[in-house]
Amino acid sequence: MTGEHVIHARDLNVYYGQLHVLKDITVAIPRSKITAIIGPSGCGKSTLLRSFNRLLETMDNVRLAGSVRLGPQDVYAPGVDVTLIRKKMGLLAQRPFPLPMSIYENVAFGPRLHGIRNRRALDRLVEDNLQLTGLWSEVRDRLHTPAVELSIGQQQRLCLARGLAVEPEVILADEPTSALDPQSSRRIEECFRHLKDRYSIVMVTHILRQARRLADYILFLYMGELVEHGPAEQMFNAPRRELTREYVQGVIS
Amino acid sequence: MLRWRQWQERIGRHLLQGITLGCVLLAGLMILGLLLKSWPLLQEQNLWSMLVSRDWRPHRGEFGYFPFLAGTLWVTGGAMLLAVPLALLTATYLSEYASHRVCTLFKPLIDLLAGIPSVVYGVWGVLTIVPLVKNEVAPWFGRFTSGYCILSASLVLAVMTLPVIIHVSLEVMQAVPRELRESALSLGATRWQTVKKVVLRKALPGLLAANVLGFARAFGETMAVIMVAGNVARVPGSIFDPAYPLPALIANNYGEMMSVPRYDAALMLAALLLLGVVLGFSVLSRLVLQRLQRRWR
Ligand SMILES: Nc1ncnc2c1ncn2[C@@H]1O[C@H](COP(=O)(O)OP(=O)(O)OP(=O)(O)O)[C@@H](O)[C@H]1O
Ligand SMILES: [Mg+2]
Repeated sequence: MTGEHVIHARDLNVYYGQLHVLKDITVAIPRSKITAIIGPSGCGKSTLLRSFNRLLETMDNVRLAGSVRLGPQDVYAPGVDVTLIRKKMGLLAQRPFPLPMSIYENVAFGPRLHGIRNRRALDRLVEDNLQLTGLWSEVRDRLHTPAVELSIGQQQRLCLARGLAVEPEVILADEPTSALDPQSSRRIEECFRHLKDRYSIVMVTHILRQARRLADYILFLYMGELVEHGPAEQMFNAPRRELTREYVQGVIS
Repeated sequence: MLRWRQWQERIGRHLLQGITLGCVLLAGLMILGLLLKSWPLLQEQNLWSMLVSRDWRPHRGEFGYFPFLAGTLWVTGGAMLLAVPLALLTATYLSEYASHRVCTLFKPLIDLLAGIPSVVYGVWGVLTIVPLVKNEVAPWFGRFTSGYCILSASLVLAVMTLPVIIHVSLEVMQAVPRELRESALSLGATRWQTVKKVVLRKALPGLLAANVLGFARAFGETMAVIMVAGNVARVPGSIFDPAYPLPALIANNYGEMMSVPRYDAALMLAALLLLGVVLGFSVLSRLVLQRLQRRWR
């Protein structure tokens, strides 16, 4: 599948109870690029991200209207297998949450769910994905120790490797570096740069400089509305809307 | 000069230390007291042979604890067999599947059940469970029983321990961060896979503790058991036989027949055994827990 866009959202509206948090979002996320969602706290960035892989519906006061497509597939079509949808969109959370098992088992967890039993194949997957996140050389001697014994930065890269192991099309990252030290943040950013040839990355970030460094495409959300979106170049240097200009220049936050 | 805040800090710490120490000391004193009281008997007779002997004839100085130990184990074992799976399933349902509304509705109800005095459970057992077992359950198995038997006691105990185990298990499972569940879900796990492989695993130490708590409650429960277990000092052969659990033995006899030599020492030893088993069990579970934690965390 090689459209120019990987995710299409159309007239997306999300409510938490009475609270209308996303308003008529229509946007297409470019394939094999890094897309950053920016905007002030509480504007609905996380909500938008979680509406892509249907994690929103695990909460019970949420209502969603509109459509999301992943490639040609309607994500919210009735009868669609939600586990297969989620598998195609890996999620990286704000803080690392390693599963309560060993480093090896963390990475092998996803592939195992999807039926890979062969020990060799699993070994291979674990090594490859730890390589991708630059963790292999650091943990190869202690693959079978509990994952929580890693440093926070290493844990986050482990979580990234774990998500990559199910071969998603998209990586959804919600402020993936906000809990990390500068060095670890940089390593995650490096990973993203390497990975964007093979994966489409959508990340939420609070850090404008990070968006500048990494993003090819920018979505600017403000109070639940998609104010403006476009190539990073344009969004930072020649935004069309006044609100966007003020936000990227740090006048409002 | 030390500032007032620092004094507060010191006083606070020492106070808390003192209280903690006091609690431990109290438990130690209790054990010591029981030991001292049962000492005369322990000097005359071999502990092990008393534990395995089936003959309880205080007048002849024969104190065989085996019927009581067996009775306790049967009744408690039965109760746990019934309560543990039910409690875990209920807690799993409430924490993982039920809506927020249902959960907040049921939680206080369950806590209410946990607070009902055991006499009430005992009365309920006598009025409902005993006839049920006598007239319905036993005939169905082709057996005869008075209804005052292990099955009745286990049922009543199970109902009593259920809310305790559910309450603690629910707390433990709800303490598992939602992001951990989301991690598994976003890898394409189903809800059940997430529960089984991530939530339950993460919560396992706490769940173990919940069940130990339930076990201790069932094991030491006196009132409700006295009322329905039948209290016959014989080693039970089936769940339709009466049993005489240790706590019932102590509660029924302490203060009576105290003129019989060594009788009070024998009852003190029974109490010590009760305490020993509960302590032993919780130490054991702690060891298991440590092992598991080293592997998983
Ligand atoms: N489970 C929920 N129930 C009710 N309201 C919620 C819930 N989650 C989020 N909200 C509200 O929805 C709005 C959008 O939340 P969201 O988490 O998407 O914002 P965000 O842009 O990610 O913010 P931040 O930058 O602080 O992470 C906020 O006003 C928030 O208070
Ligand atoms: Mg957020």
